[in-house]
Amino acid sequence: MVLTLDDVKRIAHLARIEVEAHEAEQILVQLGGIFGLIEAMQAVNTDGVEPMSHAQDVMLRLREDAVTEGDQHLLFQSIAPQVEADLYLVPKVIE
Amino acid sequence: MLNFTVKQLAAELAAKRLSSVEVTQYFLKRINVLGKALNAFISVDEERSLAAARGADQRIATGGTGPLTGIPLAHKDIFCAKGWLTTCGSKILSNFVAPYDAHVIERFGHAGAVIAGKTNMDEFAMGSSSETSFYGPVRNPWDVAAVPGGSSGGSAAAVAARLAPAATGTDTGGSIRQPAALSGVCGLKPTYGVVSRYGMIAFASSLDQAGPLAKTAEDLALLLNAMAGFDARDSTSLQREPEDYTRDLLKPLKGLRIGLPAEFFAEGVAPDVVKAVEQAIAELKRLGCVTVDVALPNMKLSVPVYYVLAPAEASSNLSRFDGVRYGYRAPEYSDLIDMYRKTRAQGFGAEVKRRILIGTYVLSHGYYDAYYIKAQKLRRLIAQDFVDAFSKCDVIVGPTSPTTAFNIGEKAGDPVQMYLSDIYTIAVNLAGLPGMSIPAGFGNKSRPVGLQLIGNYFGEAKMLNVAHQYQQATDWHMRMPPGIN
Repeated sequence: MVLTLDDVKRIAHLARIEVEAHEAEQILVQLGGIFGLIEAMQAVNTDGVEPMSHAQDVMLRLREDAVTEGDQHLLFQSIAPQVEADLYLVPKVIE
Repeated sequence: MLNFTVKQLAAELAAKRLSSVEVTQYFLKRINVLGKALNAFISVDEERSLAAARGADQRIATGGTGPLTGIPLAHKDIFCAKGWLTTCGSKILSNFVAPYDAHVIERFGHAGAVIAGKTNMDEFAMGSSSETSFYGPVRNPWDVAAVPGGSSGGSAAAVAARLAPAATGTDTGGSIRQPAALSGVCGLKPTYGVVSRYGMIAFASSLDQAGPLAKTAEDLALLLNAMAGFDARDSTSLQREPEDYTRDLLKPLKGLRIGLPAEFFAEGVAPDVVKAVEQAIAELKRLGCVTVDVALPNMKLSVPVYYVLAPAEASSNLSRFDGVRYGYRAPEYSDLIDMYRKTRAQGFGAEVKRRILIGTYVLSHGYYDAYYIKAQKLRRLIAQDFVDAFSKCDVIVGPTSPTTAFNIGEKAGDPVQMYLSDIYTIAVNLAGLPGMSIPAGFGNKSRPVGLQLIGNYFGEAKMLNVAHQYQQATDWHMRMPPGIN
């Protein structure tokens, strides 16, 4: 897979990371190298192989639908960048 | 006290020949003098540590002594510790004071251990050299021009330089074992699911595991006893009967089958590493082990597979760092999206950004099957190789790292070169198996060489047995870097 500068800009936007034009060039070169490494995967036949996401054959644990956590918003919001009236403040989203 | 193991310190404390305050003061002083030169610590809080030490001394006075009561431990700055700055080596968390304790921190707290400080690391655990930290690189106590390995380099350096008797780290692709090898200490990554990841800042959730670093295999077992066990707050934590990881340390090794994969001894391993590892294997044979040739034919794919899966999981895990609820927020922005973009551009280092971008790409529309799913299938083949190998042997042995410690700056310019230094450790994470590294001698420039042991699922006690018996017959693990006295 050959990466282009447009690809870099597209994924930077998806990842919500600002990338300046000159940075994008450098990133393109470095990512190209890494994707060269990754291409080795395509050489091996994996037909009929199940994807493996976990080492053990386990099921996700379920629990009772009961409240177990308490309200600690004062503690958690004490380290927030901007808080007012128990709400986290961010730039306006709705016009 | 300099070279006392955790076990020896615990005996001194139980006999009241030493107090926790004395022990903690001793190590805090060493941290103050040597810690800066090595840049091994990000946060130290002497008052807090001594208050905990006083608490431990009270427990000891009233008869409540356990194997870790009063022992100062250094913790990788990836574990949330309530009231402590917890940065993960990143600018984006450089102002984050954790409001809660990680499970691992809680467990050590219950055991009466003392927090000696938070150690430096590669940013978000992404690295093999501890050079990508926002707080600057960590230096190898054996040679300050060299890296200590990564990403748990601060913890490895702290144990090697005797700044703490033991430490914690995390291992996603080798980040406990490789720095243990490069810094001449012992480190262990448990079977996936054995140690809870609650409160441990996530890098790649299906690969991350916390584990101990110490001077001896016995100490690793003592720390693992405190760390392991079910935690309902981690959805991947396994419910199993509790184990005493020290139970098999004294078993004779006669007849134990050591698997030697051809792939671990092929081209790419430096000659000085091969020599030390071969000598270690010869020693294991003298102790009664039998060697068996095994094959891990898909192991060569582990680096490409890892560099698809780990960045993919990281891109998801690091999406929470957006400047909204905690951590760094960009000082100027035009709207919400711009706030996210600038916060993350300014807050993350270059390696972290690279990995997020790779991860975002391989998960994106049109590429998910060719990359992410393909990698998961190869992961199964890699894991199956180990299952086959363990039908023929009890423990697999080989080098932890293809070389001894490289110089600071030597590999930092080429990500792929850095990634290849994980070639022997990564497959173990992909398969979810336990692995450890112990000192096995020295290579060129007197830099340490590590011997890697890989166990079958839940085979920690057997691996620790091999390591402990090796350490009764050799003394590499008790050597100290020159000039740290």
